[in-house]
Amino acid sequence: MFRDMFGKKKRYNSVPSKKSRKNVPEGLMQKCPGCKKIFYRKELNRNLFVCPHCDYHVNLTAYERIEQLSDAGSFEEWDENLETTNILGFPEYEEKLEKDKDKTDLKEAIVTGKLTIGDAPAAVAVMDSRFRMGSMGAVVGEKIARAVERARKESLPFIIFTASGGARMQEGVVSLMQMGKTAIALERHSRAGLLFISVMTHPTTGGVTASFASLGDYNFAEPRALIGFAGRRIIEQTIREKLPKDFQTSEFLLEHGQLDRIIHRHELKSILGNVLDMHRTGGESNETRA
Amino acid sequence: MKHVLDFERPVIDLREKISELKKLTEEKDIDLAEEISTLEERLEKLEHDVYTNLKPWDRVQMARHPERPTTLDYVNHLFDGFLEMYGDRHFGDDPAIIGGIAKFEGAPVTVIGHQRGKHTKENIYRNFGMPHPEGYRKALRLMKQAEKFGRPVITFIDTKGAYPGKAAEERGQSEAIARNLMEMAGLDVPVICVVIGEGGSGGALGIGIGDKILMLENATYSVISPEGAASILWKDAAYAKQAAESMKITSYDLEQLNIIDELIPEIMGGAHKEIENQAEILKPYLRSSLEELSAMDNEQRLEKRYEKYKNIGAYAAIEI
Repeated sequence: MFRDMFGKKKRYNSVPSKKSRKNVPEGLMQKCPGCKKIFYRKELNRNLFVCPHCDYHVNLTAYERIEQLSDAGSFEEWDENLETTNILGFPEYEEKLEKDKDKTDLKEAIVTGKLTIGDAPAAVAVMDSRFRMGSMGAVVGEKIARAVERARKESLPFIIFTASGGARMQEGVVSLMQMGKTAIALERHSRAGLLFISVMTHPTTGGVTASFASLGDYNFAEPRALIGFAGRRIIEQTIREKLPKDFQTSEFLLEHGQLDRIIHRHELKSILGNVLDMHRTGGESNETRA
Repeated sequence: MKHVLDFERPVIDLREKISELKKLTEEKDIDLAEEISTLEERLEKLEHDVYTNLKPWDRVQMARHPERPTTLDYVNHLFDGFLEMYGDRHFGDDPAIIGGIAKFEGAPVTVIGHQRGKHTKENIYRNFGMPHPEGYRKALRLMKQAEKFGRPVITFIDTKGAYPGKAAEERGQSEAIARNLMEMAGLDVPVICVVIGEGGSGGALGIGIGDKILMLENATYSVISPEGAASILWKDAAYAKQAAESMKITSYDLEQLNIIDELIPEIMGGAHKEIENQAEILKPYLRSSLEELSAMDNEQRLEKRYEKYKNIGAYAAIEI
């Protein structure tokens, strides 16, 4: 039966698309997008959704990420009441939003709040690529800006986990301006001497990479994540050559000096806890101007 | 032969017809004065109708017009003694972004802008105005220099976007743009950005964070080209015209969305018709923006800049 379901469908085999994941019954089994092996979800969960066979880091939902990292019971969500409106009156946008809300139980592609990691407090924003591919619209920008501002006021470090296809097409230039909005909030946070850690996860592209994702005091990434500015196809069309297989992966970025470290998910909590701990004194206000 | 846009065709045709009639009058000695004046009246009306009812897609064509004035055109008409500075001090110089020091009405300023070419050879040299990371890093170097010496920064935005190339990715295109957003957010001097042509996505924004955003009437500003949006959303670039309508990319749209501060009117038929006059139209806007911003102290100005960006966007807050 399994052979019938998954065998010989070569064209599904190259990209871990949402489609192929949907073929697996929710809740019981999950297919690793890396090696295509099928696992009990429970088994994957125990391994922090890292494939026991090929070490592929399966995408996490925002709440799964928070659960993995935060000290039990420490997470307090912020601004969960913000919802997207169709600012530009873009055709079919509302329908798409509704569909993703049903699918994900989220209101938007990001969850923000406060948590502790190994007793060290931090403000956090976690993107969820299941919602409109984690793209950045006005609400995503607003929630990040608010979380950063609140972190500044409470002298907290800020950690973001990016997972985004980039800009939200249906919000056009408003989406673009969220790059500015988030950057200007982070600039203030930084000027107050506070710590910002960016953890890029699969995928992080476009306007998200070209704004807050790249602005960490520390820029980390999970292994084998796709991270880049322009899309691979666009680049190949522009320069008329095939790109190497590892182009725009975490490993590629590390090699080109664009990342501080690649961190395996098994070590993420302890390393983040360590870094937070080393900056505990940095939280006091060295703000020189408001 | 001048470059003619599709929607201008009726105007051009009528104009040609009139000049034919005039020629006929001279050569054949037939009196066509009456016909000519009727047609001239019609031409005036037609011109008015065509150029005051531009659709978003028409403005896209206008913003991409090969003869449209570039950063250097405005620099030459608006500033005195522009001295270009080259290089990012790390890797190289990027001719797709120019920058340097100049005087605006007697006061020193730093001028930075995307630079595209007007013909093929120049466009190849300028990489069609699509910058590499070096361009953004050069721009940042010049902005920090302006900050040190307390002179305002004026940037001109005119790019299809940051260059989507292999080398650009390897050298950190994302980081270069992101860094500029953050640094421009905190720059301690007045920053004025003028969108003069195409404002293409992150590549435009990379020199586009400031206290005042001015935009020429027929310029566009968008998150992706209409062709790109069409191919993503409808899997077909042929829907570009629809995408241009839906995405709200014109100066009038951006004014309504409170993203730009001033909409600069253009010469009838587009800025390229009379470059010098267009620069003259822009001048008082620059002057008043500079005066307003220079009168504020740094803290006040930064606070206003912060508020400006904080307020971009809309959302609903629901009861839970």
